[in-house]
Amino acid sequence: MTSISEIVFYILTFLSVYVQVFFLITFLENRKKIIIRVGSTKLAKYPKVTIIVPSWNEEKTIYKTVRSLINLKYPKDKIKIFLIDDGSTDGTWEAMQRFSKHSNIKIFHKENGGKYTALNLGLKNLETDFLGCLDADSIADPESLVRIMSYFEKDPSIMAVAPSLIAYNSKSIIQKAQRIEYDMSVYVKKMLGLLGAIHVTPGPLTIFRKKVFDDLGPYRHAHNTEDMEIAYRMQKNHYKIEQCNDAYVYTNTPLTLFKLYKQRVRWIYGFINNTIDYRNLIFKKKYGNFSVFTIPLNLISILGVGFLFGKMIYNFVNFLFSKIVEFETIGFNFTPKINYLDPFFINTQSLSFLAILLFLLIIFSIVLGKKMIGEKWVFSFSMVYFFIIFSIVGPLWLLKAVYNTILSRKPAWR
Amino acid sequence: MEQNQHIDWKKYLIVFLFTVGLFLSASYVSNYFSNKKVDQLKLIQDKISIDILSSETQFTLLSELSCKNISDSVLSGELGELGRKLEWGQENLGTMDTVSYLKKYYSLLEIKDYLLTKKISARCKTKSAFILYFYTTAENCSECEKEGLVLSALRDKYPELRVYSFDYSIDLSAVKAMLQIYKIEDTKLPALVVDENVLTGFHSMEELESRVKESFKLQEVKPEEIDSTKATDKKTP
Repeated sequence: MTSISEIVFYILTFLSVYVQVFFLITFLENRKKIIIRVGSTKLAKYPKVTIIVPSWNEEKTIYKTVRSLINLKYPKDKIKIFLIDDGSTDGTWEAMQRFSKHSNIKIFHKENGGKYTALNLGLKNLETDFLGCLDADSIADPESLVRIMSYFEKDPSIMAVAPSLIAYNSKSIIQKAQRIEYDMSVYVKKMLGLLGAIHVTPGPLTIFRKKVFDDLGPYRHAHNTEDMEIAYRMQKNHYKIEQCNDAYVYTNTPLTLFKLYKQRVRWIYGFINNTIDYRNLIFKKKYGNFSVFTIPLNLISILGVGFLFGKMIYNFVNFLFSKIVEFETIGFNFTPKINYLDPFFINTQSLSFLAILLFLLIIFSIVLGKKMIGEKWVFSFSMVYFFIIFSIVGPLWLLKAVYNTILSRKPAWR
Repeated sequence: MEQNQHIDWKKYLIVFLFTVGLFLSASYVSNYFSNKKVDQLKLIQDKISIDILSSETQFTLLSELSCKNISDSVLSGELGELGRKLEWGQENLGTMDTVSYLKKYYSLLEIKDYLLTKKISARCKTKSAFILYFYTTAENCSECEKEGLVLSALRDKYPELRVYSFDYSIDLSAVKAMLQIYKIEDTKLPALVVDENVLTGFHSMEELESRVKESFKLQEVKPEEIDSTKATDKKTP
């Protein structure tokens, strides 16, 4: 007897395996194209680049962020840095003043209006053909910019290039788990880049051609995920986005579970709502893999995680209920019904083999992600933390984001 | 810019076929293990069946002799293990037909074991209490689940207690005969036969425990029976 829930479960498992196999085949097709450069990269020409650092209450981290920009291995006269204080209430403004003597650094102050307004102020004052942003909690590797710029030099049709984000200074278990996730993302992003299907151009050091904003207009509020909306807008207009796996940007990750939860609710809320805003892009051949792969993939993962979570809760409640019945009828009984050491009782349903396969594919993608940022893979407990934290807490932020969406969209439906 | 719009449908198809292949392999591997498990169940059943047959034969051969040799060779705790494995297999193994076939065989072995042990215990005065337990899997029976818990707890407490459980809905004439003998109806499940008394509906641990104890006493005392056994013993050459 197969129940509906079982069929749904099989379909979701099938799709998850499909996605992983799709990535794997993309990797095998393109593995020669994925290079990791060592030492300094040279360009034929060094175009001028502006890097905007929007900051709101980031007095503690901004110094290191700006220092990393000053230390970029890129001609000094070709880099302009805009430090934008978005109405901070702490010592961010004072911290910025330490850089006031640098000729290529401009400091701005504005009323608080959100990150996208700070970025737009930067856009307004822009004089260069290339620009990027660096969140004030991130640090750019000295080689990062030149490696990113080499992509633009190679292919004039490329409109934006995203770097590899590395979670740095991971102290807490929560941060160690995120470190693994970021490593995996490097692989996923690179594959999406090769498919021309990237859906986020992350705040830390994605470099754009100025043409993008000239043609498509400035940043928007976009449900607090302006870096996702601009990528959607670019995909809609067939502007090419690449990922440069050997340009490293080190970014701070949330220290506590609650902060991580809040960050992820924002991200997923942003994804759901931007997707709703751009819903006419889904399953349209003319928008390429972005439309038939990336968006469906993310939607399926939301559905899948939601379904799995529901199933988990259902099973748990069932288990609890049967234990209560057991307790009521015979009191405490510690003798287990079946002997778990007997290999007979190992679950050998095909789903368990598929789960193992999926698990291996995910581990493989983490290993490849690490390889793409030039690191060797050694087993660490961070992997265990990653699987535990993201599978247990992941569904919570996801459901919260869905819940928030339903709440915020309610008036519009009436 | 063109690359953005390019969709390689062939690749989507290849990945699809590849994924289907992985699913088929998984189900093949799963089948392989299921069959192994079914083989294992068959092996246990064969062993039990041989045990029972051998005990029966021994019993017939030595019926005029003392009971010493018989009591310890009889009968397999393996029957209980087999029952648990079958129950698990029914929920977790894909091959339903084979498992339900094995279950019939199991029921038959239970009946044989029951008859034989009853004979032996009557003759040799071994301490034994029997419970026949009828349940159903055809419909949702929460009382049956609870009764099952009580019985396994009881069996843990009194290792000599023999519980024979029968699925009411099983299509086996021997089980149907038992249902007829004890006049068990499907509306009154779970049903228990303790010491020839039929109890229907749920019965608590305490109640059954007192009945089991009674059953023990019944066989422990009865001095005239002991005398008669001694008399028969004397008669044997």
